[in-house]
Amino acid sequence: MKNRQLLENIIHGIFFVLGMVTVGSVLLITVYLIISGLPAIKEIGLKEFLLGKTWASTASEPKYGILPFILTSIYGTAGAIVLGVPIGFFTAVYLSKMAPPKVKAVMQEAVSLLAGIPSVVYGLVGMIVLVPGIRELFNVPDGASLLCAIIVLAIMILPSIIKVSITALDAVPKEYEDASLALGATPIETYFRVSVPAAKSGIATAVVLGVGRAIGEAMAVMMVSGNAPNMPSLFQSVRFLTTAVASEMGYSSGLQRQALFSIALVLFVFILMINGALNFFLKGGKENNK
Amino acid sequence: MKGDISGRRRAYALAMKALMGISVILTASLVAFLLIYVLAKGFPHITWQLLSTKPSYLSDTVGILPDILNTVYVIIAALVFVLPLGVGAAVYLTEYASNKKVVELIEYAAETLSGIPSIIYGLVGMLFFCEFLGFQTSLLAGSLTLVIMNLPTVMRTAQESLKTVPQSYREGAFGLGAGKWRVIRTVVLPNCIDGVVTGCILSIGRILGESAALLFTAGFAHELNNIVEGLSHAGATLTVALYFYAKEEGEFEIAFAIAAILMILTVLINLLAAFAGKYFKRKNNI
Repeated sequence: MKNRQLLENIIHGIFFVLGMVTVGSVLLITVYLIISGLPAIKEIGLKEFLLGKTWASTASEPKYGILPFILTSIYGTAGAIVLGVPIGFFTAVYLSKMAPPKVKAVMQEAVSLLAGIPSVVYGLVGMIVLVPGIRELFNVPDGASLLCAIIVLAIMILPSIIKVSITALDAVPKEYEDASLALGATPIETYFRVSVPAAKSGIATAVVLGVGRAIGEAMAVMMVSGNAPNMPSLFQSVRFLTTAVASEMGYSSGLQRQALFSIALVLFVFILMINGALNFFLKGGKENNK
Repeated sequence: MKGDISGRRRAYALAMKALMGISVILTASLVAFLLIYVLAKGFPHITWQLLSTKPSYLSDTVGILPDILNTVYVIIAALVFVLPLGVGAAVYLTEYASNKKVVELIEYAAETLSGIPSIIYGLVGMLFFCEFLGFQTSLLAGSLTLVIMNLPTVMRTAQESLKTVPQSYREGAFGLGAGKWRVIRTVVLPNCIDGVVTGCILSIGRILGESAALLFTAGFAHELNNIVEGLSHAGATLTVALYFYAKEEGEFEIAFAIAAILMILTVLINLLAAFAGKYFKRKNNI
């Protein structure tokens, strides 16, 4: 009997450890990013690092200012949201409320496919289709630009926005809509003035997820944005926080390498803020449902 | 009836309908375009020689067999680690954990993990697995990085299916005198197989599409190895190879051939996931 109790305790312990692996991983990532990211910030100076406008890591007198990357990431994400959210939102309302079941099923599969396409494939198609397209359409010397990255990112965040919004819209109680229809509202008015407000925390979650995905994307953006550390401008070659890390990691050393870790730390802080916002909206949704 | 509705309201309805129509058509044609374009551009370049050889400077040919094998190795290695970890964590959460704070902590950690961009995984994976643990740039280091990345997915799907195991099964087993571990082993785990399968499919899809996390952990090499050698050597997976051929070499024909292969695999995995979902739903309803 005693042996059996011991065995149970050991197994309980093993499962506890397995459960704690996720917590350990988060700690590992946080600690590693802080330890490897702080030295460069200390050496360069926080203000200089965050607000410096020039990044010249390989110059004889290197400069490590990441303001261009921060702004590019913010503008790029904002642009992708402005383009992607309306399209995703209206698609989601149609699919959730108006589409015949067959259309809904097929479109949901199509959206899942969009979510599953590897980011390098988006980058490749962007490189071959969008970059020359932008060059010719706007008559600029190089199409690899912030605009190109924004379009690719907008497409890449579409699936998360559509999927999460549909889930939220599907969960709106039918009684709300029936009541609105009975009061004389047209179906369209009901969908947009009753169902959408009722699902607003879910839709907000969808947007925040989109922000997270856009700000964290590296490979597709690297292939279409040109990668020059310019201050952001729609038709200029730009570098994001993610691509700044990826493009120099291969050959960096010394302070330059440490500065790349610091960039990753800044990106991580952004992601944590987005996660905070996400939790806020998720909690808001739960309280609304009570 | 129509006469009752004012012109403004009718215009509003029309405008919203138009916006929805445009958005849906845009989304649908985007998917169709991507699918057709990539397949049309890549399919003609998928040849037996491409699929069955490694790149050779002597004959100036490119083959992607090593990249295909590397992808398979990475998927196998990552699944071997992530399945026990993810399922174990789910079992702890649903069967053992009695402290609400601990459950919240673990779930919060999983949420945080699923929000971290892959480039950060790549960086930390490089620092921890390649440098600190001394694995060098190798497929094993890449696989372990992917394990952390996919942990939340597997944990969540396993958790979902553990929740569907009826409480009465557990009570029945306890009533017959079984200990906790025995109940888990004989009653709970066999019933969560659908969650494990779904988690597997989702993870394979994610690993197949991952590139940023592998760039600095698994490297670029295109050498033919068996799985044991392969895991300890650097190697490019299909996505990394695509990036390499498109961006560094400008070999767009090969890049599109790989893209077409990835596209077909993505479609297959999506179909498989949909099929598995339907199958398990039907099974659970009986």
